[in-house]
Amino acid sequence: MARAPVVSSVLVIGSGPIVIGQAAEFDYSGSQALRALREEGVRTIIVNSNPATIMTDEDMADAVYIEPLTVEVLEYIIARERPEGLLATLGGQTGLNLAVALAEAGVLDRYGVRLLGTPLEAIRKAEDRQLFKELLHEIGEPVLESVTAYSVEEALRFAEEASLPLIVRPAFTLGGTGGGIAFTREELITLVQRGLAASPIGQVLVERSLLGWKEIEYEVMRDGNDTCITVCNMENLDPMGVHTGDSIVVAPSQTLSDRDYQMLRSAALKIIRALGIIGGCNIQFALDPHSDRYYVIEVNPRVSRSSALASKATGYPIARIAAKLAIGHTLDELPNPVTGKTMASFEPALDYCVVKIPRWPFDKFAHGDRTLGSQMKATGEVMAIDRCFEAALQKAVRGLDSDQADLLWEDPTWQDEEALKHALRVPTDLRLWAVAAAVRRGWDPDEISTLCGIDPWFVRAIQRIVTWEGLLARTELTPELLWEAKRLGFSDRTIATLRGTTERAVRQLRRTWGILPVHKLVDTCAAEFAAETPYFYATYEDEDEAPLLDPPKVAVIGAGPIRIGQGIEFDYCSVKAAQALHHAGVAAIMLNNNPETVSTDFDASDRLYVVPLDAESVLDVLLHEAGGDPEAVPPVIVQFGGQTAINLAGELAVSGVPILGTDQEAIDIAEDRRRFEQFLRQLGIPQPPGAGVRSLEEALAVAERVGYPVLVRPSYVLGGRAMEVVYRREHLERYLELAGAFASGRPVLIDKYLDGVELEVDAITDGREVLIPGIMQHIERAGVHSGDSFAVYPAVELPHEYVQTLVHYTTEIALALGARGLLNIQFVLHGGTIYVLEVNPRASRTVPFLSKVTGVPMVEVATRVLLGQTLAEQGYNGGLWPRQPLVAVKAPVFSMAKLHGVDVQLGPEMKSTGEALGIDRTFEAALAKAFLAAGLVIPRGAPVLLSLADEDKPAGVELARALAELGYPIVATEGTAAYLRSRGVPVELVVHHIGQGHPNVLEVILDRTVRGVINTPGRDEGTIQDGFLIRRAAVERGMPCLTSLDTAQALVRALLGCTTYSVQPLPAYRTRETVPAFV
Amino acid sequence: MEDGRIFPGTPFGAHRNAEGEAVFTTVMTGYQEVVTDPSFYGQIVCMTYPLIGNYGICAEDDQSRRPWVAGLVVREYCARPSHWRAQGTLGEYLERWGIPGLTGVDTRALTRHLRLHGTMRAVLVSDRRGLTDEELREMARRAWTPDTEDVVPAVRGERATFGPVDAPHVVVIDCGVKHNILVSLRQRGVRLTVLPYGVQAAEVLALDPDGVVVSPGPGDPVQARRAVETVRELAYSGVPFFGICLGHQLLALAAGAQTTKLAFGHRGGNHPVKDLLTGRVRITSQNHGYCVEAASVPTEQGWLVWMVNVNDGTVEGLRHQELPVLSVQFHPEGAPGPQDSQDLFDIFLKLVRQRWQASMTQAALLAGEGV
Repeated sequence: MARAPVVSSVLVIGSGPIVIGQAAEFDYSGSQALRALREEGVRTIIVNSNPATIMTDEDMADAVYIEPLTVEVLEYIIARERPEGLLATLGGQTGLNLAVALAEAGVLDRYGVRLLGTPLEAIRKAEDRQLFKELLHEIGEPVLESVTAYSVEEALRFAEEASLPLIVRPAFTLGGTGGGIAFTREELITLVQRGLAASPIGQVLVERSLLGWKEIEYEVMRDGNDTCITVCNMENLDPMGVHTGDSIVVAPSQTLSDRDYQMLRSAALKIIRALGIIGGCNIQFALDPHSDRYYVIEVNPRVSRSSALASKATGYPIARIAAKLAIGHTLDELPNPVTGKTMASFEPALDYCVVKIPRWPFDKFAHGDRTLGSQMKATGEVMAIDRCFEAALQKAVRGLDSDQADLLWEDPTWQDEEALKHALRVPTDLRLWAVAAAVRRGWDPDEISTLCGIDPWFVRAIQRIVTWEGLLARTELTPELLWEAKRLGFSDRTIATLRGTTERAVRQLRRTWGILPVHKLVDTCAAEFAAETPYFYATYEDEDEAPLLDPPKVAVIGAGPIRIGQGIEFDYCSVKAAQALHHAGVAAIMLNNNPETVSTDFDASDRLYVVPLDAESVLDVLLHEAGGDPEAVPPVIVQFGGQTAINLAGELAVSGVPILGTDQEAIDIAEDRRRFEQFLRQLGIPQPPGAGVRSLEEALAVAERVGYPVLVRPSYVLGGRAMEVVYRREHLERYLELAGAFASGRPVLIDKYLDGVELEVDAITDGREVLIPGIMQHIERAGVHSGDSFAVYPAVELPHEYVQTLVHYTTEIALALGARGLLNIQFVLHGGTIYVLEVNPRASRTVPFLSKVTGVPMVEVATRVLLGQTLAEQGYNGGLWPRQPLVAVKAPVFSMAKLHGVDVQLGPEMKSTGEALGIDRTFEAALAKAFLAAGLVIPRGAPVLLSLADEDKPAGVELARALAELGYPIVATEGTAAYLRSRGVPVELVVHHIGQGHPNVLEVILDRTVRGVINTPGRDEGTIQDGFLIRRAAVERGMPCLTSLDTAQALVRALLGCTTYSVQPLPAYRTRETVPAFV
Repeated sequence: MEDGRIFPGTPFGAHRNAEGEAVFTTVMTGYQEVVTDPSFYGQIVCMTYPLIGNYGICAEDDQSRRPWVAGLVVREYCARPSHWRAQGTLGEYLERWGIPGLTGVDTRALTRHLRLHGTMRAVLVSDRRGLTDEELREMARRAWTPDTEDVVPAVRGERATFGPVDAPHVVVIDCGVKHNILVSLRQRGVRLTVLPYGVQAAEVLALDPDGVVVSPGPGDPVQARRAVETVRELAYSGVPFFGICLGHQLLALAAGAQTTKLAFGHRGGNHPVKDLLTGRVRITSQNHGYCVEAASVPTEQGWLVWMVNVNDGTVEGLRHQELPVLSVQFHPEGAPGPQDSQDLFDIFLKLVRQRWQASMTQAALLAGEGV
């Protein structure tokens, strides 16, 4: 029945580093596509610059390239691999743009590569605003009054015809970068300038704002035979005006009648047909809440973040099917893998409600602008499934793993009525809680709805939750009341808060009364057909349909939503762990709530539970898998799910859950400053002096004792949250007050800040031996968060005796701690001594990177250790794994252009969202590739701005001289220029400080006189503000902005030392054969 | 349920008891269209989508003059709808027509039960106080179901005419026609005459129609034997013929094919149907408990299976090699469900217009001769 694929080899382009607007969803789509193509016997080639992905695992494709995503590199790969087809619609906007660029550069024609799936013409029509508008006119679909502008003047002319507010959308950017809504003429000018700068083709769309209209999306698929289906529709709670990536989304739509639903569905089918898309696409509509009028807002002619959500919300594997359609299959000949019996040419029927809530990074960026608009700011998202909206919403909130643990949370300023009104009117990440707060104050739901634009249906649902808060707080708890509360999604913890008792007491009561969740299947068909996939959610209903898995079985706790400090790396680890368990004959049970990931694919584990990652949900799932017997709960693995999973270890251990690997005792030693200090002292391993403190007085005393500068941070954190280097007593006082540091009850850690080379080690131990796959050296000195540092494998310039010391310390610590499985240790080399900075008794974010470059399958090895196999039994010895004949540089990638008000300056607080890999034979070439892959490229001969802090000026001389000699004209601020000139470095242009004449430092960035910025922040208050503006301007202009001299020096070194670099499949770098270099 | 299973819930709508055949539908929107679809007559309908009533009730969405379901079972009834067109709540609407609803039910468990054991007799009891489980079961076992007699007369409407007089004339035989079938035809500019089920072929042909539509309707097609002869005469009359759902089944019976009962029917808005002539697949709205047996279709007499269900291969459409006759098992009018098959009305009306134009030409010729 099924026909042969139209091509025998396919190149798949990945989406590169994780940035806001382009996250783990494309690892999901790329991985599914690769699997789908392989099934068809197609030879697969994958290229991605992001090493933290499943798709770049060597067993995923026939050829895996982790290389910079540029036209030149891609052309080289195409020339070498000669794929017959190119699949570009599964790698996000990056993949799509690159495919268009390859086509336009003639590369595809030159090598006879067919663009598979959606044709180029369709991509152009969907992406180019003008062409898209014309198409909609042709097929009679409503188009918003708008103008495509290439200049501010054009936009202003349009503004005279159409009325404000107007929305500005730049063409060809991720997550609507640079867009926004203009309420005034001045705002319009600013937004258009920014949008033109952000758009790679210098084009923006200015259109009438539909503020307050419903935003509805449809996920549509089409095959080459013109069969079209919609996978599902989704309704944004937040009306038009908030980017869909920043909106709370519910699937399917809740407030649309069948007439509305079918009207938009029919329009969606008409559009996908007119475009001629083959594969998946996402179509966004604005629907007037008071009439039948609608507008087509946007089409993504590719698999998108919304597709990932739709896949997980329905069970329909969009990316997999899209890949099959691209190679010539039709929907009616592909089986629906969920049921195994029905075909892919159907539309999923849901019998539950799905809620997605974005995860924003504002907990880390206290100064960031929390306002939500047309530019996406969220780094990740959580999904919750339940049988009613209230429960799905409350479970999604629980899953956020944020300070807002439930809807009871309120901002203290909301005591003021005006402040609360403002919080309703202006969308921010906290608006959901503001709605609940307003309801709690007795405000009329319809009035709240008018203020925030959220449909009354949703506001009333929140009102129902709030009403139940009152019932739970004030009436006697009966089994009936508790059952209804659980059905509405109240967590044990929220019920405990409301009743003034403990979470464990509520859980005990629930068990006594037999109130336990059942598990229902996500089956694409509302139970109409028997389904084969093991994809479940928990709910409080009568019938359970998840028969117990046969032992042996082990649960893997995933990492939850992608956030800064806890990214896709942990999903990689979770997926690999599940695979390793499966291969070892142990059923892998995956628990996660992130719809963007590979781990929530129904075929990534033996059984998937999409539940919040809190103690309650995990314990309930485990109890279920134990057949209700608390003595028989299956063991869990917490070391692969980042800090989220590790933080559950304590509660799980107390509840009698066996934890495979490093036990809670060891975790506690590593995380408790006092115990850890004592532990290291006993081993005779140095660590920076310091202590855990619980009061301001204690803190000041410790700081005095060890001497400033000190590094301050709360314990049990991820991504160095709220971590800071403090130079003076006043700063320490301010920090501790601002951070509310002692509020959590856990100690604050104060350590002597040691300036030096930071080193990092990941290791696997079975309790007898310790295998160290590799040592990484950071380019930036200690004080810059390890996640934001360039990391180099191997530690190329580290003298042998230090390597020995590191191996020795790591082995000692791992064994003495009694660790099992993976651990990560960070060191600093200061004044000839190696100090231990921290020990993380879990998989770290460098595990995928190190696994790939060393060839040691670290997660598999660690998982087998957790199952009881020794390293020796697996054929590994203790000690340092042989150094590979390559150099790999992991470059951090930031999303700063999207986060207004956030300083890009590097520090102990992690700010990067993703990473890119540069790998080659020499350090210089690897560095150069890392910079290229991270997008840190200054065009040859373009001026570079230097503005250095006084203490950095001496070191800056050599840097500036080298840049000048490389042909980069130096532009510098007055002080820096004077210093450089006095040392004989030519400075082409001296710029003034802001407000002190023209041209000033900001102007040369904004008008692109300079194309790169090196700015090291001074410590005096005067230059702080200038520096902040300089750095913001640079990132918003999309130019490299280096805030650490170490990074800048590395850049110069790469520029000086690298004339050629290699492009070859990943495993080839690990062999010692010489390969032809690529210029 | 007749097999003894009891599903607890909370009553809404009319507080009274109902009996009928328990079925489920998987449409996610369109509960009002479901309850007012005459084909659901005598059935207790379980909505698999859990949140029902969200956007209220609006008169223009009615598919017939009243709701016909015997009872409605949902997981989460919404008593406070939100929609600019909402004129009331689903609960009030059902209550007005004396139809009971049940909310808070584990409808997925109920659906699984029906999938595994087939549609069955059931009762919906709004107030079970004073009734033992065994008494409830006994009520269910004795429940009346719509497949035991010819139920079409219960739902058919009155004779009616619509549309311009100087347009092609389509006669619709109303076996429980849905409003959107009439709308779909009228939108295409035809003159419509609706005749109630039971009409003889001679009466229809006496109106000199350019096309005949036999509508959907409830029950077992074999019970509607009074219509089979009418349909046979019409189908072979040379007048373009379009059978929808029950109309399709009646055509099959008239052609000499057989129908059988499906284990749990096809009810939803997501069923893929493949057109065997074009190879294209359409997503269709379905509501039927019976289907035409493919093997029984008399192909030697020119009948051919036009469309099949992609999931289970059942017959979804029939055509004839010479006669201008077509029929589909699904609902091209949607409501609820996709509008993807509106083109079928165009295909039918093309035949209708051809006949109309031919008769106009003939009339003109005759008139010319008269002069």
